Amino acid sequence: MEKFATLSEFQAVVREVLKDGAQTYEQQTYRLAKLAENSLPYPVGEDHDFFPLYENGSICDLDEGHGPYAPRYILPDYEKFLREGSAFLRLEPARDLLSAVTQLLILYHHVPSITRFPVYIGSLDRLLEPFVQEAGAEAARPILKNFLLQLDRTVDDSFCHGNLGPKESLTGRLLLELLPELQIATPNMTLLYDPQVTPDDFAALAVKSSLTCANPAFANHPLYEREYRAHGSDYGIASCYNALPYGGGAYTLSRLRLNKIAQNSASFEDFMEEELPRAVTALAEFMEAKIDFLKNESAFFQHNFLVKEGLIHPENFVGLFGVVGIHECVAELLEKRGEEGLFGTDKNADDLAVTVLERVEELVAAFTSKHSGKFGHRFILHAQVGAAGDQGTTAAHRIQIGKEPDLYTHIRQTARLQPFFPSGVGDHFPFDETARENPQAVLDIFKAGFALGNRYLSAYNDDGDLIRVTGYLVKKSDVEKFARGEQVHYDTVQYAQDPLQKYGVARRKVEAVE
Amino acid sequence: MKEELRGLVNKIIPMSVVDGEGNRMAIFFQGCNFNCKYCHNPETINLCNHCGHCVAGCPSGALSVEGGKVRWDWQKCIHCDRCIEVCPHNSSPKVRHYTAKELGEEMERAMPFIQGITTSGGECTLQWEFLVELYEEAHRRGLTAFTDTNGSLDLSQERYRPLVSASDGFLLDVKAWDIEEHRALTGRDNTVVLKNLSHLSHLGKIKEIRVVLLEGMDHGAILRGIGENATGLEKIDLKLISYRPFGVRKEYQYLRTITPDEKAQLVERARNMGFHRVIPV
Repeated sequence: MEKFATLSEFQAVVREVLKDGAQTYEQQTYRLAKLAENSLPYPVGEDHDFFPLYENGSICDLDEGHGPYAPRYILPDYEKFLREGSAFLRLEPARDLLSAVTQLLILYHHVPSITRFPVYIGSLDRLLEPFVQEAGAEAARPILKNFLLQLDRTVDDSFCHGNLGPKESLTGRLLLELLPELQIATPNMTLLYDPQVTPDDFAALAVKSSLTCANPAFANHPLYEREYRAHGSDYGIASCYNALPYGGGAYTLSRLRLNKIAQNSASFEDFMEEELPRAVTALAEFMEAKIDFLKNESAFFQHNFLVKEGLIHPENFVGLFGVVGIHECVAELLEKRGEEGLFGTDKNADDLAVTVLERVEELVAAFTSKHSGKFGHRFILHAQVGAAGDQGTTAAHRIQIGKEPDLYTHIRQTARLQPFFPSGVGDHFPFDETARENPQAVLDIFKAGFALGNRYLSAYNDDGDLIRVTGYLVKKSDVEKFARGEQVHYDTVQYAQDPLQKYGVARRKVEAVE
Repeated sequence: MKEELRGLVNKIIPMSVVDGEGNRMAIFFQGCNFNCKYCHNPETINLCNHCGHCVAGCPSGALSVEGGKVRWDWQKCIHCDRCIEVCPHNSSPKVRHYTAKELGEEMERAMPFIQGITTSGGECTLQWEFLVELYEEAHRRGLTAFTDTNGSLDLSQERYRPLVSASDGFLLDVKAWDIEEHRALTGRDNTVVLKNLSHLSHLGKIKEIRVVLLEGMDHGAILRGIGENATGLEKIDLKLISYRPFGVRKEYQYLRTITPDEKAQLVERARNMGFHRVIPV
C-alpha cells in the first residue's frame, strides 16, 4: 500500500523511477502515472475495516491504484468495430483481411486495462473468418503471421488474450499452425470448446499446438455460455482465464487471502461466523467504493470513445471477487479442528474446501452492489492466480506444487472446486512429449474433465520453452533472464510496475523449490 | 461349478497415451513366449517359479514364503523393484490374479478419462480366454478393447475367433522379416506373426504396427514385407521406435539403435507407403 506523508517523500519515489535504468521508458511512464494516482487517498475512509485487514494480509487489492480511471479489464465488441468502423479513430468498416487486422491492431492500442495493454483481443477466428475465406489460405497465412508477430512484439504482456472456436474454421486452423511455429507468449489463446460443436480433429490440433507452445487452453464453452446467456450476455476469455461479459468487462479485482483469514481466526467457528464474514464485508465495501469512484469521479464511462461508440456498455461490467490460499486455509482449519488431512488427496480436506467456498459464495452473494444490475447486483467469484507478496499462499483453489495427486484424482478434485468461480478459474497440466503424437488422448482427458464440471483446463509440454504458469504464458528462457535481474528489483518500491506476470512466475518458481 | 477365470497381471497403468487411439488404461499381463533381447520389461517374461530368491532382500517385508510359494503383499510394497532386479528367472513376484470383474472395477476408476483399455504384456494373448471375458467387461462400460500382441498365436485358427471378434483392434509387433533374424532376436520364428499380419489386416483389425529400430536389422525388408502382405494400410498407423536401453537386461546393453539419418530415410520411405500415419518414436 503506497502512502506518502509529505511531498518530498513522494518526490523521492518519483526520482527513483526516473533514475531506474532497469525500466523501459514506457514502464517508467506507467509507474509515474500510478504514483500520481496513488497520491490520492483510497476511496474508503481511513477508519474503514479494509485497512487493518489489509495490514494483516487477509485482504489484497492487487495494487490496482487508489483512484481507478479505467476498468481493470475491457472486452470491446470487436465485431461491431469491424462492421461499423470508428468515428473517433476515423476508420471505415473493414474491407478485407489486411484492413481488418490493421484496424484491430489500431483499436488494441486504444483499449486500456490494469496492465495498460489490451487483455482481450476478441474471437480471432470469428472476427476474421469472412476475410480469410475471401483471401484464401495462401494469402491469409502471411497476413495472420504478421498480425501475431506485431502483437507479440508490441503488446509486451501475455495477459493479452485471444479466443478461438467453438466452431472449426480456416482461420482457426491457420492460427493453430502459426502458434507453434512462432513460439510466442502473446497472445494468450483459449479454445472455447464445445464437444457438440468443435470437431475432434480441430480440438486435437489445438492440443497438439498446446503441447508445443502451451497455447491454446480449453474453456468449457457450453457451461460459460449458458451462465452468461442467463444474464442476457455473451462472454469472452480475457487476461489469464477470466470469463467476462462481452462488450464490457470487469471494473476491479480484489481478493481474500483465505489462509491469512484462517490464521487470524481463533477457531473454525470463528472463521466461518466472524472473521470470514468480516473480511468479505470489508472487501465488498472497498470494491464498491472503488467502482463508485470509477463511475462517478473518473471520466472514463462518460467520455471514452469505446463507451460513446457502443463498443462497451457500462451495464456489462462486473466486480471480480477473488480468493487465494485455499490449500493453506484448509490445512489451517483442519489443524484448528484437530483433524488430519491433505488438500487434494483426502476427502475430508476437499470437503472442507467446499464448505469454505460455499460460505464465501453465500457471503459474497449477500452483498448488494449498486452496480452490475444485469448480473443481479452481485460481485462474481474469481479464482485469482496470485501476485507478488504471496509467498506461502497457493494460488486460487490450487493444490500446492509437489502435493498434486495422480491426474485423474486431480481433475476430479478440481471439478469440485472450479464451479465456484464463474468469472474465471483454470488448471494447467504438463504432459511429456509422447502425448504430442497422441493429442486425442489429452482431448479425452479434457472431455472427461469438462463432463465432470471443470471450467478451464490446459496442457503444456513439460520440456517446452513456453509454459502456462498461472494462467498466462511465459518463456522459461525469459524467466531465467529475469531471475538474474530480479535480485536488483525485488525489495524496491519499483517492483509493482514491472509486468505482473514476471513476478508471478518468479514467485511460483520459489514455491516449487520450497 | 467351473472355476472363475483369472488373469495374471503384472501392472496396470491407468493413463497411457502410447497404446492406441486416445487415452487408455493399459493392462500388462505376466508371461511371454518370446524372449526378445531388447525387451524393456523382462520381468514380465516368465511366471514366478517360487524359488524365493527375492524374499530376503525385500526392504519393506512385502515378500514372504508360505506353503512353498512366494507371497506378495501389495499393501506393504514400496515398489522399489529390488525383487525384479535380483530375480534370476526374468519374472516378478509382484503379480496379481484378477477376475475380469475386478479389472472392470479398475476400469471404472479410470472412467470417464479413457476411451478404452489396451492389454499388453508379457504376451497377453497367451491368456486369450481371459481376455475374451475382460473385453466383455470393457464393452459393457462403453469402452473399446485393444490387444497389443507379438502375434505368436495363429489367430486365423477357429479356436481364437472369440478373441479376434471381441478385440476392437490389434497393435502388432513386427520385429523382423527374415526368419533367422527373428529367431536370433526373439528366440522364435515369425511364420505365425506374418500370417497374423496378413490375416488381421485383411479383417481390418490392425490399428497399429510397431517396428523397433535396431542396428544391424533389415528394416527395409520389414517395410517391404508389410507392404506386400498387409491390406488396408490407409487405416493402419506405423510406429517406428528407436531402440532405447531403458529396462533392458545387462547382457543386452550392447544393443544400439540406427542412426538418425537411417531413421529419417525409413520414415520417409514408410510415409510413401500410404499408412494412416507414420509415427517416429
